[in-house]
Order: sequence, then C-alpha cells, then structure tokens
Amino acid sequence: MNAPDKAVSQGLIGQSVKRREDGRFLTGRGQYTDDIVLSRQTFAYFLRSPYAHARIKSINTEAAAAAEGVLAVFTGEHFRAVGGLPCGWLINSLDGSPMKEPKHPILADGKVRYVGDQLALVVAETYEQAKAAAQLIEVDYDELTPVVDTAAAKGHAGKVHDEAPDNVCYTWGCGDKAATDAAMAKAAHITRLEFRNNRLIPNAIEPRAANASYNPSDESYTLYTTSQNPHVARLLMCAFVLGIPEHKLRVVAPDVGGGFGSKIFLYAEETALVWAAKQIGRPIKWTADRSEAFLSDAHGRDHATIAELGLDVNGKFLAMRVHTTANLGAYLSTFASSVPTILYATLLAGQYTTPAIYAEVTGIFSNTAPVDAYRGAGRPEATYVVERLVETAAHELNIAPAEIRRRNFIKTFPYATPVGLTYDVGDYEATLADVIELADVAGYPARKAISEAKGFKRGIGYSTYIEACGLAPSNVAGALGARAGLFEAGEVRVHPTGKVTIFTGSHSHGQGHETTFAQVVADRLGIPIEDVSIEHGDTAKVLFGMGTYGSRSLSVGGTAIVKAVDKVIAKGKKIAAHLLEAADTDIEFENGVFKVAGTDKSVPFASVSLTAYVPHNYPLDKLEPGLNENAFYDPTNFTYPAGSYVCEVEVDPMTGVVRVDRFSAVDDFGNIVNPMIVEGQVHGGIAQGIGQALLEHGIYDVDSGQLLTGSYMDYAMPRADDLPSFNVKTAKGTPCSHNPLGVKGCGEAGAIGSPPAVINAICDAIGVKDLPMPATPHTVWKAIQTTR
Amino acid sequence: MSQKITLKVNGRSFTREIEPSRLLVQLLREDLALTGTHVGCDTSQCGACTVHLNGVAVKSCSVLAVQANGAEVTTIEGLAASNGDMHPMQAAFKECHGLQCGFCTPGMVMSAVDLVQHHRCSSEAEIREGLEGNICRCTGYQNIVRAVQSGAQAMKGA
Repeated sequence: MNAPDKAVSQGLIGQSVKRREDGRFLTGRGQYTDDIVLSRQTFAYFLRSPYAHARIKSINTEAAAAAEGVLAVFTGEHFRAVGGLPCGWLINSLDGSPMKEPKHPILADGKVRYVGDQLALVVAETYEQAKAAAQLIEVDYDELTPVVDTAAAKGHAGKVHDEAPDNVCYTWGCGDKAATDAAMAKAAHITRLEFRNNRLIPNAIEPRAANASYNPSDESYTLYTTSQNPHVARLLMCAFVLGIPEHKLRVVAPDVGGGFGSKIFLYAEETALVWAAKQIGRPIKWTADRSEAFLSDAHGRDHATIAELGLDVNGKFLAMRVHTTANLGAYLSTFASSVPTILYATLLAGQYTTPAIYAEVTGIFSNTAPVDAYRGAGRPEATYVVERLVETAAHELNIAPAEIRRRNFIKTFPYATPVGLTYDVGDYEATLADVIELADVAGYPARKAISEAKGFKRGIGYSTYIEACGLAPSNVAGALGARAGLFEAGEVRVHPTGKVTIFTGSHSHGQGHETTFAQVVADRLGIPIEDVSIEHGDTAKVLFGMGTYGSRSLSVGGTAIVKAVDKVIAKGKKIAAHLLEAADTDIEFENGVFKVAGTDKSVPFASVSLTAYVPHNYPLDKLEPGLNENAFYDPTNFTYPAGSYVCEVEVDPMTGVVRVDRFSAVDDFGNIVNPMIVEGQVHGGIAQGIGQALLEHGIYDVDSGQLLTGSYMDYAMPRADDLPSFNVKTAKGTPCSHNPLGVKGCGEAGAIGSPPAVINAICDAIGVKDLPMPATPHTVWKAIQTTR
Repeated sequence: MSQKITLKVNGRSFTREIEPSRLLVQLLREDLALTGTHVGCDTSQCGACTVHLNGVAVKSCSVLAVQANGAEVTTIEGLAASNGDMHPMQAAFKECHGLQCGFCTPGMVMSAVDLVQHHRCSSEAEIREGLEGNICRCTGYQNIVRAVQSGAQAMKGA
C-alpha cells in the first residue's frame, strides 16, 4: 500500500534517539497520579472481603460513619441504581448462546465473590482516618464454598453466580473440528501434552490510583487515574455505568508507572470515586497499597490445557487439537472474554503450515480476582501450546528442533491460517538462521561438556513465535464480538511559528512515545525534533483515543499521526503554491521546504505555517486559515511480529536450581524507528517471560480461596540477580505491508516467545517430557528424581 | 503525641511537628511535597522509596521520620548539581536507557549511587546482587546494569 516515504527523511527513523521523557523521571519531576493533591482533598479506603465466597447478611456502618474525620461511608446499596462494570467483548458459545454476563457491581451487593472484593467505601479527611474507620464496619458474612481451581470449576459444588449454575461463562470453538479429527486419526504420531499456564499477577511498580473531583459550577467531573486508555475509561464509565454525559467527564492519565495490560480495564475503585466525589462535594483520592494491588488488579493467564499435535512420519504437522479451560475469575473484567478466545486460539497456527486446527475453550468463573489481558494476552498462552508441542514432537521423533520447524514453516505470503488470520509478510527461516548464529548453537556441545564436568546439566530450547498485534481492524473485531472500535486518533497542531504539538490517543506508560512519535513527525516534516512535542493521556486535550495495549501504539496510533501529518503537508502545498504563484500540483515538499518542482523557488515550513495564521496574502476564497489536522486510522489487518528465541540453561541436579545462562532473541518487527527503545521493550518482555517460566505464580488456597502469594515476600518477582543479560537483535525484517511506517509492534514479543524456550531448555537438560511452570528448584528437583 | 523534628533535606533545613508513627517517606512525599520518592510496596521489598540518610541508602518506608531527626537526607530531587546538571548516575541511566516508566527509577538511581560509593560493584554479578533490593518491572535490568557500570566509571572520573 503506502511505501515508507524516504523522500522527506532527515535520518531520524532508525536512530537510537535518547528519550526526551527521561529528564523528568530521573530528577523526580515526573507526575504520577498519587503525586497530585487537589484543594480540599479527601481520601478513600475500600473495605475488602476477607472471604473468597460469602453471602453478606448485613453491613453496619454506623460506627464507621461516626468516626473521627469520616465524611461518608458507601456500600453496595448506594450503587444499585447505576450499572455494573461492562465487558467489552461478546463471546458466543458453540450452541449459539451468548456468554453469561452476571452484573459486576461497583461495590459488592449481597455477596462477595473473591478475597479482596470491595464492599464498602470510606471517605475521610485523611487516609489513616478512612482506613481506621473501615475497621469499624461490622459485616455479618455467611461463608459459602469457594471455587478456585481452574480445571475443577465446571460443575463444582460452589457456584459463583446464579446466572451460571455450572460456573461456565462460555464454551467456544475455533477451527474445523471434523477436519481436525479426521487428520488426527490418520497421523503417524501424536504428541500430547497436558499442562497449566500459570496465573500471573502483573505488578506494575506504580500501584493503581485515582483522584476524582466534581465541579458544581458546570456540573463536570475530573478524574486523574492510572490508565493505559483514558478515553475508553471515560466512555465506559459514562455510557455504561454512571450515566454521566461524556462531555462532562475529563479523564487524565498523567505519568503512569507501567501497565502491562493491568491498567487497560475500567475498575470499580475509580468509578466509585467519580460517583462519590459529587456526593460529598470534594475531591477524593485513593491509592492502592501493594497488598491491595495483588488482590484487586486483574490477573493474567491461568489456563488448563490438553493439546495434541498430529504428525506424519517425516515430522510434517497434520493437525492440532486443543482443549483449554480458562479461569476468568469472579467477574468479567473489561476484555476478559476475548483473551482466552479471540487472542488465543487464532494464534495456534504459529509459524507453521498445520492444515487443520481445532480449539475449544471453556471460560469459567471462580472465586478469584478477575483475569484479563496481561502482556501478550492470549498469545503467550498460544505460543506456549504450539512451541511446547513442536519441541516435544521433535524429541519424540528424533528430529532436531530447528529442523522440524524448518520442515513446517510457512514460506509464502500472504498466508491464510485455518484459525482465521491472514499473515501478510514474514521470513521465519531467516530469523531462525539468525538466532542459531547469534546463540552460537555450534558451540553448545562444548559448553555442555564444561557444565557436565562441573556436575551440572545443560539444556537448549527453541521457540519460534508469532503474534497478532496492532489491534485491530474494527470490522473484523466487530464480527468477532468486539463491542468497541479499535482504531486510533491523532492530531497535528502546527503553531504559527512552525512548532508542532502532536495529540495522540495512544498512551505512554514506559514505552517512550514522547521520543518515538516525535522522531516520526520530525522526520516526515523535516523539522528539528526539538520543534515537536507529544501530548497524550488527557481527554480534554486529545480528540479521542483507544489507548495503548496489544503492541498497537506505533502501528495504529503512529499511523493516525502520519495521516494527519500528510494532511498538513497537503494543505501546506496549497498555501505554498499561492505564495510561490505556482500550481498546487507543482509543489514538492522535502526536508522542511516547499518548492516549485524544477525551480529554485521555495518557501520554508515555518513561513507557510505563519501565513496560515496571518492570512494577509492567502487564498481565503479557496482555503481556510490555520494549519491543524486530525486523522483517525483503522488498520486493514493485524500486524504479525515474529521471531526466534534460543535459551540455554544450566541445572544443578543436587538442588534443582536453574540458571538461565544464555538467552538469544531475533525479532522481526518490520521497520524500526528507535532501536534502543525496541531492544528495551524486548528485554523487559523476556524478563517477564522468564519470570513466568521460573519464578512467578499467583496461587490461591484451594480450600479457603485465600491468595497465598499476596506480597513481594511470597510472589517471586524477577530481580536483577535472577536474570542474565540477553542477546537481543532485530532482524533486517519484513516491513508490515499495510501501514505506511512498515512497523509491526514490539511491546509483547519477549513475554510471548520466551516461556516455552525456557521450559524446552530445562526439559532438554534433565531429560523429561514436561515440567510445570514456574519451574522452581523444588519442581525441577522432583522431576529429576523421576529420571533416576 | 506529636514530636518536633528538624532535618536537612537536599541541603534545606525543615522543622515539622509529626506523629511518631509517621514514616520518612510520608514526611518526604506528603509533608515536604518531594514526590520524586515513590512507594511501590508495603513490605520493604521494591526499593522505589530509596533515599540517602546521612549518605547511606535506606528504604524510606522502613525508617520512622523521627529517626531522621538531625539527619541529612538526600532524595532524587537533590542528586543533581546545583546548576541543574544531572549527577553522573542520572546521566548514565538516560544514556543507557536504564528506565522506561520511571517509577522505580528514583530508588534505583539512589541505590546505584550508594552501591558505587560504598560497595564492590566491579562485575556484572556484583551489580546485579547489589540491586537485588530494587524491583523494576519494565527493563529486565539489563540496561540498568549497563547504566550502573557506566555511571560508576563517570563517578570515579569525576
């Protein structure tokens, strides 16, 4: 379609420009939500359920309401008149029935459904007063049987919602079941694995926070909140929950300290604050402590899966059959239903030509925190299924892991998979060849010998992943059940002096948009990067936005900006034509200068912008003054980042301790705007993937439903000394064919591709077929004992 | 019963009446509006609140404000030179892309400076072990380690 336009390049694309946002972050001048204190500020504390599942027989708030400093106490009954938190994606079951959508109340009403479920809001002059008063609330609970375990939830004696008597939200299918069963019946070999994809707790280091206020003079609300997508929060809150006119709510997501998906969703706390701010007539602030974050942030993953791969005698894949039970938690979070379905099963083709694939997913309710998108969202789970099956099949058939992949790679594009996607470009053999060289696979036998001489075991594991990013073509998503558009919006405001402010609906919470997006704009306009600033995260400034998730910011948000820049250039050409007394069609724009083709007549960008705002010599009969354009961009396809990872581990057989010794990654992200930032994204993703494979596990006690991993004392976050330095390279790459920047997205790749590489390596090292994640020393030690 | 304390923060003297239960991080963030120091956990694990107390890194969530009576405290806001030039460690974090969302960054930088000043950190393994008390969720630590190596060189040269 649109080829990347090199004509106006001043060389900013592909440069590791140092980040413009770093100055404020490094000197303590960042402004995060909890840093904001408003005039007449009050503070909130949420009372949370200590039980996983209980009927609320009564709540007595009298003593709390009378406590020192308390302004108000609210409970579920106050919120009966407003809506519940909506789910943004409708999934239909195989029998055509819609998913079960029980109300997700702002404050629990009648029943609590997980430990941490919020059931009362106390507002006081200070946080300490609110917290102390909450302890005076008397709640009479009638405990019920909790449902915790993913695989046991269906038909469990404990019933989370009356609307779903067997705890099933939906049973959904994808692919051709009959064709898959037929191909599987003819397979010479079937590799079968049964495993869990462990529950993860996202743990952005900034806990969620909100600060809401109401202005009676114009009946408007302002909410500061830790959001990845403030416009979506506003839309959902106004249209589906509180009934506030959308133009009367301003949502600001200032500096946000990491998201990883967990700050996409509309949460009860921020919604309750907006409502309550009007009731008490003062601003209300709430900041989660880490314990609350563990209990109440949406968690990730938590699948129980049985997966089969059918192959012929030559190791050619014939069919894949997958049955997954996905734990959705106690309530449907904003995108919960789509993660283990649309974002999961559609990726099961991986990089391979597997002709028949069928996946069936049962989404279940449980008495645990809601589960939703976490870095990768469905695609890490799919990649784990595919890459564990492929590597296991290779070992079972005695074919080298790289070779079995080569035999099955998709080699011609575009390629339509049997699970609904059409990959536009890719070169999987190239990234695999690159990573084999980068990882020095040739030197592996020598390294293995050295490890063995020390009494250690050594193993190597591969993972060749694909993901679908750049969410999303709205019409495709809509046909699949999305209840929202998935375009992005951008605005280019050229000021009279030629300086430029960009407004984007994308949101940066660590990704570096203020640098990358400025590179794109400065490059295209041929002006210094210092003349461009990027505004994001404020619904009062930015026209609209769907926000940042799914590695979509540059490919979708960046493209919207490019389209708006091109409109500015087109209008600028008309103004220049007038100034230069030439025809519009004779004007060229290059390196920040409009000129008449084939002549030396030219006018610089800043003169054109000044003319647009001081239109004395201006074609006012044909053209409006001003130079301000916006654009909405809805992609025509997903983008398909892909890559090859190789992990080498050393295992101490006496203790089961696994050390990741080498981790090499080659990613094809298409064109790269800022290699430094891209590599940083891959580092962080790999760290989270290794965290999943070796360390992290959100565990609920099966009997009581208590979260056993509710702090950094119990939940093993990857620390600096748990990880090696990674060997990361971006491939020359195949540029995305359907956006003008040729970019695919890089935010999630590391977390998607790495877990199976790590587990494949450990299985190789100790000679077992499978290992559960996280592969803790105890788990690995036990597995080693089975081999003796 | 509130107590009167006097302390120096980033070279400026402050006197405040505070409750004995007040934490140093609360004093800094809420009473002195020095919001560069962050709170990322409630179990003294994440290190986002790290500041220097009499020249030594402490987690300010684990120090009572009254314990800082008479002390000199340096926060991330006070690390740069008086002319505004960033401290070599701050500059190294920018140069090496040692930060993404910026939330753990102030504590990470304060720990890194302490590590270079008071501990052995010549090897990558020593730096990784030295930063064990600071959690970062964004960077995978690789560029933080590079930044500390680079910052250490610059501090020695300064």
